[in-house]
Amino acid sequence: MSLTAQQAAVPPVSVAPVLEGRGLTKYFSVKHGRGIFPGTARLFAVDDVTIALAAGTVTALVGESGSGKTTVARMLAKIINPDGGAVLLDGKPVPHGRPRSYARQVQMVFQDPFASLNPIHRISYNLVRPLTIHHLGGDDLNEAVEELLRRVALEPPQQYTRKFPHELSGGQRQRVAIARALSVRPRVLLADEPVSMLDVSIRLGILNLLADLRDRDHLAILYVTHDIASARYLADTIVVMYAGQVVETAPSERLTDHPAHPYTQLLLSAAPDPDRAEPPSLAGSGAPPSLITPPSGCRFHPRCPHAMAICSTTAPPSVTVGPGHASNCWLHVDESRRVPDHPDVVAAKASSTSLRPPAAPPPIGTTQMRRTEEDRSME
Amino acid sequence: MSEMSPPALAPRTPTHSSTREAEPVLEIRGLNVDYGFGTEAVHAVVDCDLVLRRGQVLGLAGESGSGKSTLSMAAIRLLRSPGVITGGEVLFHPRPVEGDSSDPTIDLLRADEAELRRVRWSEISVVFQSALNALNPVITIGAQFDDLLKVHRPHLSSSERWDRGVELLEMVGMTGDRLRSYSHELSGGMRQRAMIAMALALEPQVMILDEPTTALDVVTQREILEELMGLRDRLGFAALFITHDLSLLVELADEIVVMYAGRLMERAPAASLFRAPRVPYTYGLLHCFPPMHGERKPMEGIPGSPPDLRALPSGCSFHPRCPWAMERCRKETPVLTRLDASGREAACWLHSGGATVPAELAMVDPGDRGPSAATRRVAR
Repeated sequence: MSLTAQQAAVPPVSVAPVLEGRGLTKYFSVKHGRGIFPGTARLFAVDDVTIALAAGTVTALVGESGSGKTTVARMLAKIINPDGGAVLLDGKPVPHGRPRSYARQVQMVFQDPFASLNPIHRISYNLVRPLTIHHLGGDDLNEAVEELLRRVALEPPQQYTRKFPHELSGGQRQRVAIARALSVRPRVLLADEPVSMLDVSIRLGILNLLADLRDRDHLAILYVTHDIASARYLADTIVVMYAGQVVETAPSERLTDHPAHPYTQLLLSAAPDPDRAEPPSLAGSGAPPSLITPPSGCRFHPRCPHAMAICSTTAPPSVTVGPGHASNCWLHVDESRRVPDHPDVVAAKASSTSLRPPAAPPPIGTTQMRRTEEDRSME
Repeated sequence: MSEMSPPALAPRTPTHSSTREAEPVLEIRGLNVDYGFGTEAVHAVVDCDLVLRRGQVLGLAGESGSGKSTLSMAAIRLLRSPGVITGGEVLFHPRPVEGDSSDPTIDLLRADEAELRRVRWSEISVVFQSALNALNPVITIGAQFDDLLKVHRPHLSSSERWDRGVELLEMVGMTGDRLRSYSHELSGGMRQRAMIAMALALEPQVMILDEPTTALDVVTQREILEELMGLRDRLGFAALFITHDLSLLVELADEIVVMYAGRLMERAPAASLFRAPRVPYTYGLLHCFPPMHGERKPMEGIPGSPPDLRALPSGCSFHPRCPWAMERCRKETPVLTRLDASGREAACWLHSGGATVPAELAMVDPGDRGPSAATRRVAR
């Protein structure tokens, strides 16, 4: 990995994004209630998320399980269609469905390299297939495959082409999966937890490979992860998600050194850190809320140690708190401007957006119970 | 790897320095475990010695396939076929009974079913990674507590058993009404809490925690670990904590043992291991976790990948990935030996036979007074 490129990580302010998701919203219908006639409810996995990926940068999407980070990545890859919002490639809305021209530019790497490669075919077949589908192979498919393997540092490539996926280690398999994504010469790589299934000692190798692709090939990379330390290591920008919404966006070192949102502060206080001199004190408690009946106002307010009256009634705006650093939190809004929505407005909003269920009253301290109800309904 | 800077040295007081003197409660000596028989056998655990002392948290760190779970499951005879224990002994020392001078020590590997039954769960309990698989899905949490207490505490009446269940759940931060829940009705964190409560039900002296929080989110993980450490301080059980996350272990454990390819590589107090690793593998593993503070620097991890146990490299099984490998490492297998007077142990040829210890492996041990022999050797 080139040291200079990583250190010169400046927030991509003026760079036009290659791929952008604007106001992405996705809900899933789930069974709700018990008995022989259970109703259905809408689970808002992702709610109004805007994210931009610029060429030559890594953007990390960080959040706990259920925060919607993978759903955002899948919507950007057009594996699933958003229920609201738009995906823009080079500023232009992409056509409906998942046309081949789109797949050629945006590729995805999945979490589990044991499941994402076809086990009954050799590595060469797994890599030749995208080449033939997209008519990119040229005259010498073997040479193209070997070149791909060299790009992901599987050398000598002849040693790997005739092998089956089960003959490779987890790290090697993930490299093959990345090579497959690179085979169509994409401009955007969406990596969904690419290292969480791998052994600790080989994770850095994959992260460094992604950094290389950013620096050498100028790819725009989305790195979805729950590990904030690895996000800090690899990414230029970190986007933190909570309960389906973006809560904070900042250049990665700034985010970990000066977190502005209470949820980011909670995450950082809980992350393992051997350098810590004293045992950590958790900045908040409880569990993420149910996404079927999310808390009104700010979704984090039932767990937030700094919650104010306005937090439970009105969703906070995105506030710029520094260069490239935005936080969705009322704490960063001037006191005079913390005007709660009028109750009528809240009611009107709730009824006008027919997709949304009426907001539940703030049930402080009962989040665990409500999560359980959600679990129950999912069964 | 040699270009990497060592972790910043900062004063850190060991949390439980007195545990080194506590008496042992579980002693594993020369344990060998194979998978399969004869020439086909894969040696998953080779000559492992571990001592768990009363009230201590002993961390067992290693990558997947290093044998850490096999070691712990074999120690309490829960190993499933084709796993075979081929040698060693596992001594459990129950609390001495007053007025009884006979040695109550039990060798778990030679114990019969009745003896094992007396020890398992009531003296040594286990918490597994997946609580959803460990809990019975078709009966309530309360019924599982009831089953457990009915067998092990036959003198309790039905209502006393229920009360004990409520008490245990409250101890791990849940409400008593959760006894009526099925495991699928609980969130992942609550399931693991219920599992911990169940493991504590008979007040065991030893708890084996096999990746108990790996499947959980960081915030939940932190909450459960805080709970667990609080209970340890209150109830005084000893814990064998198994995980791949060395950075977590450094915060949590009193002493850490690092395992690689079925062998123990290093044993040291947590702070010493973190600040001053003595074995190249430990050093590499510590540099696999990007830091949360300070300047971002490129890190290399450990080159290569963990070995296939069916085809282990000759000599030290880490030598193909080791930046300081010598000729001797390719031929002879190092054994865990004591390093000078510090009480820590390492299995590495760099620390014997007059080899030059690289500066990275000779950092000042915060547990030491004055420079260690290794440091002095480099200085000269």
